[in-house]
Amino acid sequence: MLYHIIIFAPLIGALIAGLAGTKFGRNIINEKLCMLLTTSFLFTSAILSWVSLVKVGINHEAVDIRVLRWMDVGSLKADWAFKIDTLTAVMLVVVNSVSALVHLYSWGYMSDDDYKPRFFSYLSLFTFFMLMLVTSNNFIQLFFGWEGVGLASYLLIGYYFKKDTANAASIKAFVTNRVGDVGLALGVMTVFLVFGSVNFDIVFSSILENSDRKLSFLSFELDALELIAALLFIGAMGKSAQFILHVWLPDAMEGPTPVSALIHAATMVTAGVFLICRASAIYDAAPITSGFITAIGAFTAFFAASVALVQNDIKRVIAYSTCSQLGYMFFAAGVGAYNAAMFHLFTHAFFKALLFLCAGSVIHAMHHEQDMRKMGGIWKKVPVTYIAMIIGTLAITGIGIPGTKIGFAGFFSKDAIIEAAYSAGAIGASDSATFAFWIGIVAALMTAFYSWRLIFMTFNGNYRGDQEIYAHAHESPLNMLVPLGLLSLGAVMAGVLFYSKFIGNYGDFWNGSLIINNPDHHVKIASENLYAAVEISALNGIEDNKHSGLFGWLFNLVHGYPFWVLLMPLLVSISGFSLAYLMYMRGEGASKHIRNIEDNGGSPLYNFLLNKWYIDEIYEMTIVKWVKKIGDIFWKIGDQKIIDGFGPDGISSAISRISKRLSKLHTGYLYHYAFVMLLGVALIIILVFRTVGS
Amino acid sequence: MFENYPILSLITFIPLAGAFLLIFMTRVSNADAQEQLSKNAPRVALVISSAVFFLALMLTFDFDSSKSGFQFVETTKWLGGGIDFRLGVDGISILFVLLTTFLTPLCILASERSVKSRMLEFMVAFLILETLMIGTFVALDLILFYLFFEAVLIPMFIIIGVWGGKNRVYASYKFFLYTLLGSVLMLAAIMWIYSFSMVNLGDATTNIEVLINELRIPKETQKWLWLAFFASFAVKMPMWPVHTWLPDAHVEAPTAGSVILAGVLLKLGGYGFLRFSLTLFPNASLEFAPLIFWMSVIAIIYTSLIAYRQNDIKKLIAYSSVAHMGFVTMGIFTFNTQGLQGGIYQMLSHGIISGALFFCVGVIYDRMHTREISFYGGLVKRMPVYAAFFMLFTMANVGLPGTSGFVGEILTMIGAYQVSPWIALGAAMGMIFSAVYALHLYREVIFGEQINPNLDSIKDMNTRELIILTPLALLTILFGIYPSLITDITAVSVENLINNFNAAILLTGN
Repeated sequence: MLYHIIIFAPLIGALIAGLAGTKFGRNIINEKLCMLLTTSFLFTSAILSWVSLVKVGINHEAVDIRVLRWMDVGSLKADWAFKIDTLTAVMLVVVNSVSALVHLYSWGYMSDDDYKPRFFSYLSLFTFFMLMLVTSNNFIQLFFGWEGVGLASYLLIGYYFKKDTANAASIKAFVTNRVGDVGLALGVMTVFLVFGSVNFDIVFSSILENSDRKLSFLSFELDALELIAALLFIGAMGKSAQFILHVWLPDAMEGPTPVSALIHAATMVTAGVFLICRASAIYDAAPITSGFITAIGAFTAFFAASVALVQNDIKRVIAYSTCSQLGYMFFAAGVGAYNAAMFHLFTHAFFKALLFLCAGSVIHAMHHEQDMRKMGGIWKKVPVTYIAMIIGTLAITGIGIPGTKIGFAGFFSKDAIIEAAYSAGAIGASDSATFAFWIGIVAALMTAFYSWRLIFMTFNGNYRGDQEIYAHAHESPLNMLVPLGLLSLGAVMAGVLFYSKFIGNYGDFWNGSLIINNPDHHVKIASENLYAAVEISALNGIEDNKHSGLFGWLFNLVHGYPFWVLLMPLLVSISGFSLAYLMYMRGEGASKHIRNIEDNGGSPLYNFLLNKWYIDEIYEMTIVKWVKKIGDIFWKIGDQKIIDGFGPDGISSAISRISKRLSKLHTGYLYHYAFVMLLGVALIIILVFRTVGS
Repeated sequence: MFENYPILSLITFIPLAGAFLLIFMTRVSNADAQEQLSKNAPRVALVISSAVFFLALMLTFDFDSSKSGFQFVETTKWLGGGIDFRLGVDGISILFVLLTTFLTPLCILASERSVKSRMLEFMVAFLILETLMIGTFVALDLILFYLFFEAVLIPMFIIIGVWGGKNRVYASYKFFLYTLLGSVLMLAAIMWIYSFSMVNLGDATTNIEVLINELRIPKETQKWLWLAFFASFAVKMPMWPVHTWLPDAHVEAPTAGSVILAGVLLKLGGYGFLRFSLTLFPNASLEFAPLIFWMSVIAIIYTSLIAYRQNDIKKLIAYSSVAHMGFVTMGIFTFNTQGLQGGIYQMLSHGIISGALFFCVGVIYDRMHTREISFYGGLVKRMPVYAAFFMLFTMANVGLPGTSGFVGEILTMIGAYQVSPWIALGAAMGMIFSAVYALHLYREVIFGEQINPNLDSIKDMNTRELIILTPLALLTILFGIYPSLITDITAVSVENLINNFNAAILLTGN
């Protein structure tokens, strides 16, 4: 019952709000009531989610609930069902907590919107789909949630339906995600072909029997598990905006800011990471694909961070930052540190939602101005937002004291990832791990730079925009500040409180929801080799807190590796801060750079980054253009010239030529003849059959 | 419940009787009464077709889905020589009967406003059309099937030719030309089968049950017969490259005509493949399966891309229908449970979704009398309820999980994947392109700023339109979240079909 409430409350809220949007419904439920209902439903779900995390994560009361029969065709069986284990419970907490706060925040942010019931309906509907995704016990229901969140995302990106850019962005998001979904769908089909089932428990428990299966796919003879892993990852790349399928995420910022915080930062975009962790049993047995994931994740972390360095739109900076942080999560999963990936997902949800909501607060204060070039020095107007944003920035840049358990959320999770990559590389378990480690360091430097640049350009220095707007700028109302406060709490505490749960005590907390069982896999090798390393560092007195068990290595590792590895992330973070400070706070600061670029047009590198490596342009010139062109060719040449030309039109002109000669018979339309012919034919048949029959 | 009643005859011929009643009444009434009659004709037709739907529903409840053979079988002497009037339904055909009887009253309801002239004649044509459609699905005699199957075209010609748009003549003749070729070939094949049955079975017959279960046609001959049947079914589906009649027919047809065309007539070909090609010519079906696969995949990709470039709403949806039928043919020729069930599911689901989409087009066409995409834009502001319905059906068309469209697509793709990943990959590309054209259409018509001043006074849906679209919307979702409603009924018949198919292949050694 607990889980039914958690999952269906948002759906009911969405339906009520949707009804309230109609003329008929407005008489029964007014706007206020509708907002109150959806928000309180979400808070209920959120509170119960924390209860469930305690129940599942600490008391180990994992459950599997079957709700309804769904597809039952031959051997293909997929139910509507909830699988609640620690992995799911963590996601429940993330999704519902952020969603509840975003609902509340939207009271203020959307206060002058004309279609509030519609907005709240979409938000709640999104939450429902996301919950269906994370609670699924089979691949097909996961796909349901997966595409469902895509729909909600589409609706919310295009929420300002009059704006052409918003409409274009929403379609781009849906279609790009569909490209990924094709991979996911093929992955699910391969799962069914190989395992004869789409049920998680059945599939994951028969990995070992199938580890040597080969499969012929598109004329290639492939390792079945590698193929499944790769196809599922294509889906993850779409949803989580990894390089080459990332293009939709920055454009998705066309949606209202609360949407960006909920969907395009904290929850939906992390679905890809969740998928890989959920299917960890498969990835564990697919080292080649895992290596590929590491490489793609690392590259995205770098690429997106580089673009974020120069963007001027406050939301786009954070959007690219999200893309980059998702890259971190993927390379963590790629090196087998699924727990570190989930931990970063968890902490990131808090501080990234916080950053977005702060940006929203700024935009709200500035009358929908998003260009940081027209901001500056507004901290006095929005002091609470300023402080919250600094907290978020300290969290994302990973500030903390190495070797201790003191620090902001990102300090724990990001460092866990970087160190996991280092160790996986150091023992030679994964070729791309060392690459990922160094990229992780470089990206951390850039993260610190663009995050502080955002703060300095927005809040510090001199105001550069319209004086009118500045005069009217004001701190946001309480219903927006409360979510900021609670999320700040998360950004400060999430790491400290949950570090030992997520990373240490691995088997205990995760309790089998992250599965690793292939004895040959790099993670196992890592764990064996690393015990030695840990012994040494323990002797050196850095950390004497040893954990045993399969995953003890990760915990030991983080505290048991060369000290420079522990120091590096913090050092680059501080360097990033210093660089940003020197560039944007000293002297004239931001104004000088803006003027410089306006006058000189910026360096080639600057423009390359500003234009996002020209990837959108490349897609526009190749794929988009060609799809249109080919469509026209098929239509105007294929259908009209060839098929119709040689087919009906050709025949008819031939007939009319003949019938001109036989003009006496040419009395009218062709189908007049048709009836006569049909009747004649029918008569002949009857005669023929009569004679044959008798 | 119905053992002792000729229930199938009733369901089939009540609409025809209704049509005769209407004609008879015009003959006996004076001018004043005729006007009155013309006004009331839709109501009469609505009552009749609703009664038929009710009967079909009762029939479905009474149907025993655990049995594999035909049920409610009726046999009456007809032409003699083994050609009898035989009706019956199995788990496959009963659902098509239900679909037909469900869509017809909705079409009649929609026509009351949208048809501007010769109302009574329109209703007569429609009721006759219903009889012929039902007859096609319940016929258990090859000749009887052929008669219904071909005769369906006559009222459809008339509906397009009389109540159609500007280019109706071109459209109906194109429609005719395509179907003529297939019909003649199929007829020749039927005649061959009939005479062969005397040789093979010792007794000439066109009894479908007997032919399916007992007739063994030599492999080489199967190919020719298969191709002859294929010519007819492929045009009806329509499969690429014999699909070009469909967009023209849709564009010219009145709303109700489009709905029936997309909802039911396109399913005749698929039903034919299931009922005849797979059962009578199993070896040839297996041999030609790759051909079907490639034609299906081409249809899916090719027509989806064309759909994206259309300026006419109806043409866009018509092309998307061809793409969706590609999933059907692909599924049927996988010869496995998921593929076949998926193919049937896709047909039923497409019947509901495309029917609903054409109704949606009708709603704005009735108001503005144009189907130009560029004429519209920003409708969501004036027509929010309409926008919501249209969104649901658009998403169903795109195959979003939770709608019936998803079930059909994923099942056929799972079926195809077991045969060849290439085919599944090709079909999956359709998932992307369907999103491209469907969202493009939605954006241009519903979203955006309303610029056209003609749209200032456009009204949201009225009660009649709500009555039509609400059941379609509910079914789209219901079948999306509980597909067992359908798959349980078809399961045994499909299993039986597959077993017979495999046995036949095994017997003849490929």
